[in-house]
Amino acid sequence: MAKRRSTPSDLSYSFVMGGLAALGIAILIGPVLIVLLTSFTSSQALQFPPPGFSLEWYRSLFDPVQSGHIHTALANSLWVAAVATAFACVIATAAALAMAQIRGARARALEASFMSPLILPGLSYGLATLMFFAILGFRPSLNHLIIGHLVVIAPFVFRTTLASLSQFNPALLESSASLGATRLYAFRRITLPFIAPGIAAGAFLAFVASMDNVPVSLFLSSARTNMLPIRMWGMMETTLDVRVAAISGALIVIVLVLMIIMDRLTGLTRRMSAG
Amino acid sequence: MAGAALSEPGRVDWRLAAPLGLTYLAFFAAPLIILLAMSFAADDFFTAFSFHAWIDFWGDSFYRGVVYDTVRLGLVAVIATSLMAYPIALLFVASGPRMRKLLIFIILLPLLISVVIRTFAWIAILAREGVVNQTLIALGLTSTPLNLLQTELGLVIALSQIEMPLMLLPLITVMQQIDPSLSDASRALGGSKWRTFFKVTLPLSIPGWIAGATLVFASATTAFISQSIIGGARLVYLPSLIWQQAMVVYNWPFAAVASVTLLVAVLAGVTLFSLLGRFARTD
Repeated sequence: MAKRRSTPSDLSYSFVMGGLAALGIAILIGPVLIVLLTSFTSSQALQFPPPGFSLEWYRSLFDPVQSGHIHTALANSLWVAAVATAFACVIATAAALAMAQIRGARARALEASFMSPLILPGLSYGLATLMFFAILGFRPSLNHLIIGHLVVIAPFVFRTTLASLSQFNPALLESSASLGATRLYAFRRITLPFIAPGIAAGAFLAFVASMDNVPVSLFLSSARTNMLPIRMWGMMETTLDVRVAAISGALIVIVLVLMIIMDRLTGLTRRMSAG
Repeated sequence: MAGAALSEPGRVDWRLAAPLGLTYLAFFAAPLIILLAMSFAADDFFTAFSFHAWIDFWGDSFYRGVVYDTVRLGLVAVIATSLMAYPIALLFVASGPRMRKLLIFIILLPLLISVVIRTFAWIAILAREGVVNQTLIALGLTSTPLNLLQTELGLVIALSQIEMPLMLLPLITVMQQIDPSLSDASRALGGSKWRTFFKVTLPLSIPGWIAGATLVFASATTAFISQSIIGGARLVYLPSLIWQQAMVVYNWPFAAVASVTLLVAVLAGVTLFSLLGRFARTD
C-alpha cells in the first residue's frame, strides 16, 4: 500500500488507542509485579516500594508453628481441587462425547445448560448448596466442598473437550471399525489421544478455578475444613498480614511455572491465541 | 458430521451425558430450587409459607439501592474493560506471533492468579501510602493522600484488571476472524482510522464483545472478595448483603431473596447484552 500522509484524526486515533492499550497492559500486569516485590519486604507493614528486602515473610509462611492454619487450608484446597478435577474430567469428557454427536437447537440448549454454572452467580449457588446440604442433615466436610466445586468447574473441561472434538474426523473411527477394532479400543487408541490436550487444558483451568473458588467455599467450609482463599480473605479483613503477600508471591511463581509446563504440553497459549 | 466419538456415527449415546446431567440435576438444579423455596419461607426451618422476606427486601429503599448499585457496578465494569480491551485486541491482531504469545501470557497470568491475590495487590496500590498516592505526591499533584480504597472509583479500577481477561479472550477470538482486507479496503477508500474502526472493526466484533460483556457483568456484580475488601463497610453490594444475612444474622429467607434477586439481575443483564447483539447484527 502506498504510504499515506497521517492526518490529525489518524494521529489522535493512534494516540488514544495506543494510550489505552498501554494503560490496559499496565493495569493487567502491574499489580502482579508489585505484589511479587512487596512479598520480599523487610517492613512490618504493607508498603511499596519496600524499604528493604528480606525473606522474613516467607520464613514465617513456611514455619509450621506460625502458619499451621494456612498449611491446613492449603492442603484442604489441594485435595478438593484434585478430587473435583478428576471427577470433572471423567463426567464432562463423557458428556462432551455425547454432545459432539448432536446438532441444532437441541445441542445449543444442552450446551448452554451444561455451561450455565459459569454464568449464574456463584454466590447464589453457594448459598443454595448450603441450604440444600443443611436440609439433608449436613455436617460440614470436604466431600460437600468437592461436590460443590465439581459443579462449578466441570464446564471448563466440557468446553475445551468439546472444542477439540469439533476438530476430530469421524472417518478415523469408521476405518478403525472396518479393520475390526472394538468401539472401546478405537476410543482408547484414536479418540482419547486426539482429545487429550483439550482435556488437559480443561483440567488445568478447572484445577485453578477450584483452588481460587470463593463463592462455594465461603458457605460450605468451616473452621475445620478451611480453604485457602477463604483463609486469605480472613487474614486481609482483620489485619493486613504481610504473609498474604508471601502466599501471593509463592502462588504467582507456582502459576507461572504451571503455565509454562501447560504451554509445552497442550499449547495453552496457542489454543487461546489461535481463536 | 464431526466427532462421532464413541458410538456409531449419527447415533447419540445419551448414557455418556447422563453422569454430568444427573450431577447437575441433583447438585445444581435442586439446590437452586431450594433457594427459591427458602425465599418464600417464614423462617429458617420453613415451618410456613410467607412473602415476608420479599416484602422486607423490596419495601426498603436501602435494599433497592443496593440492587441498583450492584447492577450499576456491573455496567461500569463492562464500560471500563471495553475501553481498554479494544485497543489491546487491536494491538494483538496487528502483532506477529511472538508478540501475540507475550500478550496472551500477559492476559492469562492475572486470570490464573487467585482473585484474592489480585484484590490484595490493589490494596497495596490504592492505599493511602500506596503506589498511586506516593506517585501523585512525588509529582506534586496532591499534598494529601487521596482516599481510593472504599470508593467506587477504586473498586472499578481493581475490577478492570480482575475482569479484563474475560472481556479480552472472546474479543480477540472474534477479531482474529475478521478479514483484514475489509479494513484495508476502508482505508484505501479514504476512511480515516477512526471511521474504519467504528464502521468496520467495531460492528464485526460485536459477537465477541457480547460474550465478553456477559462474562464481565456476571463476574463484576458477584465479585464478593473485591467488593468486600476494597469496598469495605462503606459500599454495600448484593453479595456482601447475602453473606451478612446468611452467615452473620442467620436470616435465611432474607438471604435467599437477595440471592434470587442477584441471580435474576445477572440473567437480566446477560439477556440484555444478547438482545443488544441481535439488534446490532440486524442493523
